[in-house]
Amino acid sequence: MNNGPLIFLGIFFALAFSWGGIIMTNHITYGSLEPYFDEATEEMFPKPIDGLAERGRRVYAELGCVYCHTQQVRRPGYGADTDRGWGNRQSVARDYILQDRVFLGTMRTGPDLMTVGQRLPSPEWHYNHFYNPQITSPGSIMPPYPFLFEKRRIVGEPSERALNLPPEFAPPEGYEIVPTPRADALVAYMLSLRMDYDLPEAPTAEQ
Amino acid sequence: MSSVSQFVASVNPTASADVGVRARLREIDESTRLPVLLFVGAALFWLLGGTFFALIASIKLHHPDFLGETEWLTFGIVRTVHLNTVIYGWASNAGIAVALWLMARLCRTKLHHGGILMVAMVFWNVGVLAGCLGIMAGDGLSIEWLEFPPYATPLLFLAYALTGVWCIITFRFRQSEHTYVSQWFLLAAFFWFPWIYSVAQIMLVIEPARGTIQALVNWWFAHNVLGLWFTPIGLAAAYYFIPKVLGKPIHSYYLSILGFWSLALFYNWAGVHHLIGGPVPAWVISAGTVASVMMVIPVIVTAINHHMTVVGSFAQVWRSPTLRFVVFGAMSYTLVSLQGSSMSLRTLNLHTHFTHYTVAHAHLGMYGFFTMIMFGSFYYILPRLLQKEWPSSMLISVHFWTASLGIILYFVGLSIGGLIQGMQMNNPDIPFLEVVANTIPYLVSRSVAGIIILVGHLAFTVSVVWMILKPRSPQETSPTLFRSPEAMPLRPST
Repeated sequence: MNNGPLIFLGIFFALAFSWGGIIMTNHITYGSLEPYFDEATEEMFPKPIDGLAERGRRVYAELGCVYCHTQQVRRPGYGADTDRGWGNRQSVARDYILQDRVFLGTMRTGPDLMTVGQRLPSPEWHYNHFYNPQITSPGSIMPPYPFLFEKRRIVGEPSERALNLPPEFAPPEGYEIVPTPRADALVAYMLSLRMDYDLPEAPTAEQ
Repeated sequence: MSSVSQFVASVNPTASADVGVRARLREIDESTRLPVLLFVGAALFWLLGGTFFALIASIKLHHPDFLGETEWLTFGIVRTVHLNTVIYGWASNAGIAVALWLMARLCRTKLHHGGILMVAMVFWNVGVLAGCLGIMAGDGLSIEWLEFPPYATPLLFLAYALTGVWCIITFRFRQSEHTYVSQWFLLAAFFWFPWIYSVAQIMLVIEPARGTIQALVNWWFAHNVLGLWFTPIGLAAAYYFIPKVLGKPIHSYYLSILGFWSLALFYNWAGVHHLIGGPVPAWVISAGTVASVMMVIPVIVTAINHHMTVVGSFAQVWRSPTLRFVVFGAMSYTLVSLQGSSMSLRTLNLHTHFTHYTVAHAHLGMYGFFTMIMFGSFYYILPRLLQKEWPSSMLISVHFWTASLGIILYFVGLSIGGLIQGMQMNNPDIPFLEVVANTIPYLVSRSVAGIIILVGHLAFTVSVVWMILKPRSPQETSPTLFRSPEAMPLRPST
């Protein structure tokens, strides 16, 4: 093999093959997938999330949540995703089309979050959990996010937004812990993560 | 001539039977000295930085409160900075350094347009620094292996393009009749990387593709960084140093052709096995699994080729710092690749996907294979560039044992922890927090391994700095080996 141009051509076509096969073929076949219009309810699925939750998506990216949490539910019978209550059907390509960045993830140091908004609908739970995961999930190895909250001295009436913390996590007397706008956005994003609609290609499994 | 003295001559930069060839090689080495040393220096800087961030990230996984108050030290950021410093800082700088030196040597030509390389080196490292600071500032993109914010990536791309252009210029100036297998791998690596990098940037950052197409692009890219950038450079170095230091030809020219083209054909399809069970077309996953299993061909072929070259010379391998590291790397390559093929099968992937098992696998590849080969290459290249010998065989020994035992402990501990995690996660009767608790001892073992590896990196850094600072001694006539040749019994010559 001493022929430079020939080696070069081989190198070129080897990569062109997978680029065409994995990327371009799929880009052409489902790269412009549209939301599903349900004629019975006259609704489109999936639904876009609101602005606050969209900002929460950005916080999710900034803090690198994707490195420990997936957002994908595998089909019943392959793994225990549905048995663990992480969703009642598998997630499919159409579920993701409105997300400008898809956080499928590849690691489950923590649980899947595809349907966390349905599983844990309480905002208080999420605020406490982000402030210190040990409050809601003792033994968790998720890091605390105290920098998403403000510790401030109570002047006059305590804020109605202050976290209701158990005594061992509470701030000193005369202080309160209040969420910052980034915490609000992140919690809104968590609550927006739902898969409570059917798509023709992925009907909810019969219980 | 006894095999020992032949071996000593082959690893000795100052003594050679053929003075003419020696002088020519020395001229080539002199022309590559500055650019290669700059890339090596940058690589070392990032190696230490990357190891430091790795340790913080590792400790955080069993002590989540550790440094928990500071936003830029939260796990998701520290882990990401670790990945990017070791991939784009350490491994890429080291890979480029070794590739430049190999390319000039194998083309038997002095370095032309070295200025291009200096500019590339500056752009590259400023890009990596800007990228890492950007991630710490919260600008990271959270796309695996592509976290650098958009203001850092053009610098990296430009640096790459310059290095690639230089590589092709050098290849065109080649004085050698024959093109060696290492040159095919290097040419391919320098051509492939800018392609996958630009496709990934365009389809994920500049004009993001719709939905899960992004995941396909992401893993096509991320796996190909390993398969089409680091693996070719690592194999090019192994193909060069094993026969070079032993003073024998590579076992089979035809096996190296088969190994090269089968790798080129199959590796770039394999990445989608990271999406098994995910919301992407099933046929793509199946194609990726087939390609991953087909990777057994280039891996076995390369393993046979290297093994048959080494066979009968294991004593020399053990004596030479270069070969101890390179052969450790080549063996890890075989192991990690066969493991990777097995992990692409749906039945095993069911238990290993989403777990620390994959993390252990990735480190066996990037550390056990690539990093060890880079260390070995440096032990050969630096004495020739500096015209000095390594100051202490003790430090090299510390480096070898900490690096090799560290990565073995890392791999074994985390693989077991990952399997337990995967099996228990697939059993819905075990609460999730119990699964987490069961992995903690293995996460601790990973931190211990990390400390051992850090000691090795410090020993290596001391070695390099000491070597650069020490005066050139005219008494040095033999290379630094693990045991001096005088202490070894001479075999009767045949």
